Amino acid sequence: MKKLMIGNAAIARGAYEAGATVAAAYPGTPSTEIVSTFAQYEGVYAEWSPNEKVAMEVGAGASIGGARTLVAMKHVGVNVAADPLFTFAYTGVNGGLVFISADDPGMHSSQNEQDNRGYGRFAKVPVLEPADSQEALDFTRLGFEISEEFDAPVMLRITTRLAHSQTMVAEGEKKEVQMKAYRKNGPKFVMLPGHARMRHAEVEKKFHKLREYAETSPLNRIEWGHKELGIITSGVVYQYVKEALPGASILKLGITNPLPQRLITDFASQVERLVVIEELEPVIEEQVKSWGIKAEGKEIFTLQGEYSPEMIAEKLSWTQPAVGFGLDKEVPPRPPLLCPGCPHRGVFHTLHKMRLVVMGDIGCYTLGALSPLEAMDACICMGASIGSALGMEKARGEEFASRTVAVIGDSTFVHSGITPLIDIVYNQGTSTVLILDNDTTAMTGHQDHPATGMNIRSEPSPKLDLVALVKAVGIKNVRVVDPLQLDQLQTALKEELNRREPSVIIAKRACVLLNKVVQTERYYVDKELCKGCRLCLRTCCAGVSFLDEEKLAVMNHNCVACGLCPQVCTFDAIKKVEG
Amino acid sequence: MLGQTTNIMIVGVGGQGTLLTSRIIAQAVVAMGYDVKVSEVHGMAQRGGSVVTQVRYGDKIYSPIISKGTADVLLAFEKIEAARWLDYLKPGGMVIINNERVNPLPVMSGKAKYPDDIHNKIAGLVPRTVIVDATSIAEGCGNIKAANVVLVGMLSQAINLPEDQVVDAIREIVPPKALEVNLAAFNEGRQLMTSAG
Ligand SMILES: Cc1ncc(C[n+]2csc(CCOP(=O)(O)OP(=O)(O)O)c2C)c(N)n1
Repeated sequence: MKKLMIGNAAIARGAYEAGATVAAAYPGTPSTEIVSTFAQYEGVYAEWSPNEKVAMEVGAGASIGGARTLVAMKHVGVNVAADPLFTFAYTGVNGGLVFISADDPGMHSSQNEQDNRGYGRFAKVPVLEPADSQEALDFTRLGFEISEEFDAPVMLRITTRLAHSQTMVAEGEKKEVQMKAYRKNGPKFVMLPGHARMRHAEVEKKFHKLREYAETSPLNRIEWGHKELGIITSGVVYQYVKEALPGASILKLGITNPLPQRLITDFASQVERLVVIEELEPVIEEQVKSWGIKAEGKEIFTLQGEYSPEMIAEKLSWTQPAVGFGLDKEVPPRPPLLCPGCPHRGVFHTLHKMRLVVMGDIGCYTLGALSPLEAMDACICMGASIGSALGMEKARGEEFASRTVAVIGDSTFVHSGITPLIDIVYNQGTSTVLILDNDTTAMTGHQDHPATGMNIRSEPSPKLDLVALVKAVGIKNVRVVDPLQLDQLQTALKEELNRREPSVIIAKRACVLLNKVVQTERYYVDKELCKGCRLCLRTCCAGVSFLDEEKLAVMNHNCVACGLCPQVCTFDAIKKVEG
Repeated sequence: MLGQTTNIMIVGVGGQGTLLTSRIIAQAVVAMGYDVKVSEVHGMAQRGGSVVTQVRYGDKIYSPIISKGTADVLLAFEKIEAARWLDYLKPGGMVIINNERVNPLPVMSGKAKYPDDIHNKIAGLVPRTVIVDATSIAEGCGNIKAANVVLVGMLSQAINLPEDQVVDAIREIVPPKALEVNLAAFNEGRQLMTSAG
């Protein structure tokens, strides 16, 4: 029986069927469901690692130890994991290792849209690109064989549309695989220069063999149509091509590193016009052109965002764009926003009010950058807030630092905020760091992390004590406040900013979506007292709205009675319903 | 050429339950033996942003995403979201609009106005427009959270899915304790659509 599965669940299934017994990941859209799904299978080990570098290292260790291992991350996670990856590509594996790079063309949930097929070439690891959930399962399974046969970690590169589309899957049987024996092997696994030189030679050798494999692998296939137009494509874009260009000949590449040069050359020689269609970077196209083959690609197609069937059809002038009503231009945009009752709202309301310079970080709280809160000056990557606050201080001096804060979520702090905090202490910065401890990794759908006291299976595990940790790295001024007690928070900020010493303020309150406590209190607007000043709207909470006709505030059914807006209202017009 | 394909776009605001709706519909059409693809939204937009889920089924489906001007039905959980995605509707297609207003951020902060009669404008442009108060119907059934299943009822009737298949899918997907309310909501939705033609 076939069933519907998102690509991520199919990958988990493929790893399970291939006999993988260890999996490690740090959450990140669109990769998160891979290892959380894998963790549900019996007889396997899965973990949320503190970050992607650790996940890759846990993966490397498990592989060296002999187990088939799955590692997953979003595209930018590979930046974090790149250090172990590049040298693990030299040592090669013992038990097969497949790692998933989940790229995000169009940046549905990301800060950039880097094309990680580039990493495949850079690190010299094989890259597989499935085009639907069935292929996601099959390629993952096969990936473990390729990994072991060619002694290399294998990258399975997917994109958001594959990760989060449900398509039909026929599950297979779970394979019984023996753990590989572990034998100490310094020349293979200890990367001293002398060993590494030999391993590099091995990498080149196995890459040569991989090229031959790619020439005949069933993962690369030609679907012959008419010969006027030949398309080379991979991944989910293949589906768009099938839909947009019925009848064209297609070379569908399942292995995009290394490329099968002879197969491509042969295909090119048989079609009149050759077009390479790939989202983001011209990874395939540039290599094809470098072989002297005449092809088109980025002359026609953009380097940016997601493709679609209609866009491909239009670009190759098969169809006219559909004429619509254009009503979409008449409606205001709807960016995401902080939930009613979100503890982050108290923080950003206060930061806005105090007009501080805010070095931000990544998580739900990045939404504090949007109007009208607009309380963020920079946000680059996970963990960057703390280091860049120190950089600001070193560039502009202590006076400036007394108006600057770094703001970072709890999961992000554990991911990559600890080392820059050590830097602040070590290099005698005076910055104030706000850790927003909402007891979860909210942005990616509420995963546990070391400071929540739960593991990936929601079983209790030792809880990282953030206060003790911060003190241990040498921060003397640490305090814990409730972010929805605005006075408390503001006082803490004022005092710590004035101190010529580094401080950490932990704003502690659980994500409102986590403990869906039944709301016991209710608030209402006293019509006598409300002056219609709209100050409450500046919290941009969906729980309070304005009736245009009445020019008064009203609490609506979205309100979860967090008690923030009554503190903001200067006329005390928002009141608790008594009794 | 492709065989018959049905394209359904389900649009709304992150958190309104569009995902559940698409999963029920998809589950029902799988049981009918179709090839099915569903494109979902996870991640950032789920935090109150504009979300779109796409369901496609037929003999053979390639793309998980729907092209402009090809949706058979546009099901909108919120009024301006119907307008935002209207160009995906095919000529002769049907729009089902939940008469619900959720202010987006620019409206909350006073930077933009909410076009409150946008649904009437759509009804003027698209002959097959159905406007429904799913929230109050769901409230009548016992829980406003079942508004999305009222819409499932309407949608499933609009595309002629057999009742049994959809009910089976609801039983499979909805938690047991919410089942009764949801089945009532589903029936209300179906009947409403029958009378709407
Ligand atoms: C290197 C990297 N890995 C993963 C992500 C995806 N991601 C974005 S923010 C975030 C963590 C958010 O958790 P937290 O810091 O606790 O803030 P919250 O969302 O709970 O407010 C994750 C995992 C990313 N952007 N970059």
